[in-house]
Amino acid sequence: MSDIFKVEIITPDQIVFKSDVKEVIIPSYEGQMGILKDHIPLITFLKPGIIVIKNQEEKKYYIEEGTVEFSDNNLLILTSKVEDINNLAKSYISNLQEEAEKKLKDHNSSDKEKYIAFHKIETLKEINR
Amino acid sequence: MPSLDDLKKRIKSVKSTQKITKAMKMVAAAKLRKAQESAEKGRPYSQKMQNIILNLTKSINDPLNAPKLLVGTGDNKKYLCVVLTADRGLCGGFNSNICKLAKQNFKKILNEKKNLKIISVGSKGYDQIRRDYGKYVIKKYSFKEKKQITFNEANIVGSEIISLFNQGEFDKCILFYNNFKNVITQIPQAQQIIPAEINKNYNDDKNSFSYDFEPEEDEILEDLLPKNISTQVFKALLENAASEQGSRMTAMDNATRNAGELVDKLTINYNRSRQASITKELIEIISGAESL
Repeated sequence: MSDIFKVEIITPDQIVFKSDVKEVIIPSYEGQMGILKDHIPLITFLKPGIIVIKNQEEKKYYIEEGTVEFSDNNLLILTSKVEDINNLAKSYISNLQEEAEKKLKDHNSSDKEKYIAFHKIETLKEINR
Repeated sequence: MPSLDDLKKRIKSVKSTQKITKAMKMVAAAKLRKAQESAEKGRPYSQKMQNIILNLTKSINDPLNAPKLLVGTGDNKKYLCVVLTADRGLCGGFNSNICKLAKQNFKKILNEKKNLKIISVGSKGYDQIRRDYGKYVIKKYSFKEKKQITFNEANIVGSEIISLFNQGEFDKCILFYNNFKNVITQIPQAQQIIPAEINKNYNDDKNSFSYDFEPEEDEILEDLLPKNISTQVFKALLENAASEQGSRMTAMDNATRNAGELVDKLTINYNRSRQASITKELIEIISGAESL
């Protein structure tokens, strides 16, 4: 009956989130991706964005990068940087935004770096709204 | 027979040593809690990462075209051994246990007429290895100034390993470190990180499936594999940090207890010889009085 699966968000320092959920939306490298139960095994990257975890209530995390693995109805998100959106201070966000903007303008940055910086700014703007 | 003054001096010196070891034990205990916490919290990340890599290894159909970092060069002539130790001594058998295990492996590798290269992390390990295997050490790191090990340090070592690999300097890479089991047990370990070794107790029957990759498989592997190397190094560093403190705590606890025993023994000796001299004086006085 159940249409829930396990999701874990893990950083090198701790397990940030671990629970059974109904749906997760991840900012995969090539676009938003919704994951439900019995998704096919998958490995993908994340770009800066927001992870939305839907259960009884919605939970949102800001994430900068990461690797996602889905297999056997276990969704695994490995990342070096993730924050609960509610815990993000305004000043912190604008700091990150400034940094990313600098990177975007820097001529030495590679296309990939620019792509990531661009998405970072977009996401941060959305959170700050 | 040492004189009374000598005994007194010795008791005093042992007591002050005891104070030092006691203080070190307490410092280690405080540090241990922190280190243990970060080691235990860091475990899931590295484990899951390793699992993904292992699953990937199995799902690869064409080993010839697979990235070398994952499946190895197919050769096993050149070995790179990364020996992770502490930067400080006075922690029991911690450093020597790692070095012992490492040296056993070095010997085996050399006996098989294979090429050996060593990277040492932590100055104590280098000191021990230098004597016999100094000429094989190609690089040494020490993070003495760092109070807390972060991913950055692991990344420095990790990227060095990868760049060496890309230059074709070695075929197999083995990490040596202490696995933190609990405060009194630390197990020296040799972990092969290139190519990824499949764990024997890892059940692979139900886990073999092919993944859907997005973006392309190559791109993912290109990013994931170096990250995995650094992650494994990081895990080893964290385990090591916890083990070091645990080992030091037990060692210092033993030292404190031994010092206590020594003080007791010396005090008895001291009292005995003091009493002997008093008795001797008394006998002299009495026999002197009698002869009068």
